[in-house]
Amino acid sequence: MFDDFIVRAFAAGIGLAFITGPLGCFIVWRRLSYFGDTIAHSALLGVVIAYALDFNLIIAVFVVSCLLALSLLFLQRRTNLPDDALLGLLAHSVLAIGLVLLGILSFIRIDLMGLLFGDILSVNVTDLLFVWIGGGIVLIVLILIWRPLFAGTVNLELAKAEGLNPDLANAIFTLLIASVIAISIKIVGILLITGLLIIPASASRNLSSTPIQMAIISSIIGVASVVLGIQTSMIWNTPTGPTILTITLGVFILTLLPLKKLLISKKKIKLSDKR
Amino acid sequence: MNNNLVELNNCGVLRNHKWLVRGVSLKVSQGEIVTLIGPNGSGKSTTAKMSLDILKPDEGTNNIKKGIRISYVPQKISIDWSLPLRAIDFVNLVKKHKTSEINDALSITGIKHLIYEDVRNLSGGEFQRLLMARAIAKEPHFLVLDEPVQGVDYPGEIALYKTIQEIVKKINCGILLISHNLHVVMSQTDYVICLNGHVCCSGAPNTVIKEPEYIKLFGKNIDPTLAFYQHHHDHEHLPDGSIDDSKKD
Repeated sequence: MFDDFIVRAFAAGIGLAFITGPLGCFIVWRRLSYFGDTIAHSALLGVVIAYALDFNLIIAVFVVSCLLALSLLFLQRRTNLPDDALLGLLAHSVLAIGLVLLGILSFIRIDLMGLLFGDILSVNVTDLLFVWIGGGIVLIVLILIWRPLFAGTVNLELAKAEGLNPDLANAIFTLLIASVIAISIKIVGILLITGLLIIPASASRNLSSTPIQMAIISSIIGVASVVLGIQTSMIWNTPTGPTILTITLGVFILTLLPLKKLLISKKKIKLSDKR
Repeated sequence: MNNNLVELNNCGVLRNHKWLVRGVSLKVSQGEIVTLIGPNGSGKSTTAKMSLDILKPDEGTNNIKKGIRISYVPQKISIDWSLPLRAIDFVNLVKKHKTSEINDALSITGIKHLIYEDVRNLSGGEFQRLLMARAIAKEPHFLVLDEPVQGVDYPGEIALYKTIQEIVKKINCGILLISHNLHVVMSQTDYVICLNGHVCCSGAPNTVIKEPEYIKLFGKNIDPTLAFYQHHHDHEHLPDGSIDDSKKD
């Protein structure tokens, strides 16, 4: 079944969109979108290292992302610089180091476009295993740490005072972001992954009234956009990753239409008529 | 540690070479209301946070009895717009409760009808009642209330303070209360600690108001009102216009 590259593309995209849904919600709630971007920028360094040492790409990117997250935690404690400055510092310096290393190791030939924007049609069976097994683990861990993570998102001190461990949950959550970005490199690429995390979650916010609802709808929007995106990209012969993201944007714009409000206000008018 | 739920011994917090608060000792035991009063920046919230172990004291020790349930009503919570959150979700934040328990807790603070309302649609006073309801729903052994009635109208304020007393009786918990309302503090508290970077004076309400340190901070002119309230203390407090309490009585 997975012999066909189209089937593999669908399987990989759907698996990825499924986990970026709930994870993206937390990124939006915790205002971490720039953090996702920073980790994604560091991916180039991971890729260069993977090629240089002939090592698995996804694992190399994951390790570099984790190191980056740890250095952020370290810098937050050692300096008084605001978070966005630290993130900018890390993102661009690590990107620069990656490019310098790429220059030194001139024997490496990297498909930069593929790295930046992904190539979902070139996904192989090993990648698929990473997406589904890795993604499954990410989802299970996220469910396990949901309560402390969510309570800490609403109010850190309250969560701490009442016996939860939100700091540990935050640290684990950082690792989850790193793993999802590593998994996604081949599928949507490092420039677009933050979009796949944030846009479905933002669209979902416009439709939901509870946190769990938002996480689920976000997954659904992501999966639907992947399916539509792959099909559209085949019909119009457009790059797949960007097409998927363009479709999520389309969904976001749709959710801005006051459909829900129109329905509700009609109901209210009907109710008031009865009274 | 005998009966004490929480005990601070000579605690202090140092930030940027400045003591936010220093030399604070207090203990809260079951069924007791201990109140912290003091001007802005006197270290009330800092002290409360040490008693919750959110802040580790840089000096002295804080002991919290092992295995007790703790509820905290922080001074300020702002819910980000990106978070869709209803009142019921907020009550379930730290621990999942049965819907009946949530209904009970919301009725006690008088906002049962708002159970499925989005938290950001609540007024300041309603949100304060929600914070309190969440804290009660957990049936805590130790409850910390950091200015729990801010933004609540006057009758509601009295009703909420009465609720606090009822909670103490019902679930027999210890309460650490931070309040600006001296009248209520003096009439409903077992023990008062007056803070201003350090403990100015402490003791039963009757003794504290006679301390020169207290008079220096809060002035003498409050005395007559206090007397008025203390008179009421001998009888039952009657909240006017409160729906809940009429149901209970």
